[in-house]
Amino acid sequence: MDNNREFLMRRLHSLLGVIPIGLFLTQHLIVNHFATQGVEAFNQAAHFMANLPFVIFLEIFVIYLPLMYHAFYGLYIAFTAKNNPGHYSYMRNILFVAQRYTGIFLVVFIAWHVFETRFQVAIGAAEADFNMMENILSNPFMFAFYVVGVLSATFHLANGLWSFFVTWGITVSEKAQRYSTYFTLLVFIVLSIIGIRALFAFV
Amino acid sequence: MGEAAKTVIFEIERQNSTDESSYWEKFELPYRANMNVISALMEIRRNPVNMDGKKTTPVNWDMNCLEEVCGACSMVINGKARQSCTALVDQLEQPIRLQPMRTFPVVRDLIVDRSRMFDSLKKVKAWVPIDGTHDLGEGPRMPERKRQWAYELSKCMTCGVCLEACPNVNDKSDFIGAAPLSQVRLMNAHPTGAMNRDERLNAIMGEGGLADCGNSQNCVESCPKGIPLTTSIAALNRDVSIQMFRNFFGSDHMVD
Repeated sequence: MDNNREFLMRRLHSLLGVIPIGLFLTQHLIVNHFATQGVEAFNQAAHFMANLPFVIFLEIFVIYLPLMYHAFYGLYIAFTAKNNPGHYSYMRNILFVAQRYTGIFLVVFIAWHVFETRFQVAIGAAEADFNMMENILSNPFMFAFYVVGVLSATFHLANGLWSFFVTWGITVSEKAQRYSTYFTLLVFIVLSIIGIRALFAFV
Repeated sequence: MGEAAKTVIFEIERQNSTDESSYWEKFELPYRANMNVISALMEIRRNPVNMDGKKTTPVNWDMNCLEEVCGACSMVINGKARQSCTALVDQLEQPIRLQPMRTFPVVRDLIVDRSRMFDSLKKVKAWVPIDGTHDLGEGPRMPERKRQWAYELSKCMTCGVCLEACPNVNDKSDFIGAAPLSQVRLMNAHPTGAMNRDERLNAIMGEGGLADCGNSQNCVESCPKGIPLTTSIAALNRDVSIQMFRNFFGSDHMVD
């Protein structure tokens, strides 16, 4: 058991999920929230983000690389589990299964989301503004897809944050882990409200 | 005449040897007051006739202490892994379904080979080395409150229920499961055992070690001895985080 590569990969997976991906998701949802203040406010915020200095490097090192590592290694983790929520229907086990299902769904959702927005902008086929999202979300099917996507992301982050605290040995006792559950539940609710409010602002 | 004699129905997943496929067999036995799953299996052994009235081979199972301290009679009862000696028929929904713990290789019927757990205990060095060429005298004293706490961890009987309940212990993964990890905590808590704590921490940082835990927490819910397995796992995570930094950045103290 001297080879600790797997250990380091799992720890990296846990770390990247919170820093930077969790921070990025939070920032992304907050910037989206400008949509509730009108077209002008959203476009101004989107323009600011799209024109940050060294934006391509920020995207590569803060978003693309960590996200891809987290996604692909996460798929491996998800498919090596043998889920058993039927006979062992304890809350943590159900959240364990939900973490894996939302993770798999998010790989599909985020791939589609990036293709539909950032990729279209990159090939010059569209501009990242209020109109773009308004067009996408005018389709009721896509709107539902985005609602599920946002809720999956906020759940996966909140529950992942709970696991992060355990994985790094921050919350040890049963009591600490219980309070951590309350805290991450709050994170889930707050981020979900922010995310869903922004989606509704486009329709 | 009074009402028909009360009976108990068992559905048992049987298998003749490790490589053969399994099959289900039903048995109906006369009810006796206070019977447990073991006494029912003994009844089947006495009269191995299935529900179709056909004579069959007696069902094989493992047992030893009959008081939930040895772990040998563990099996899956109505979907949940537990000891059959403390599974009282009066408290179980019928038909009572018995299955082997398939996380382990099935030897025959309900008997499984739990060797992998004993191999894991060797891998993580779950012992306190005291042998030497001369008498080393008494070891350091252990605080009484710590001893009482450690006693709870020492109740582990390597029954395998926590591995059977764990979604991450399966044929696709090398994860050693909660029981051997908890033993690392116990041995590291011992004042003499702590002299080798870095060796154990490095061992559980290896393949199939601590990092494979997915926090489903089924282990702590299922442990028949009520051992705080997930607390131990989180505490080991903390120890291992520090060990990881020590290994990477270097440290001038090896053990503490």
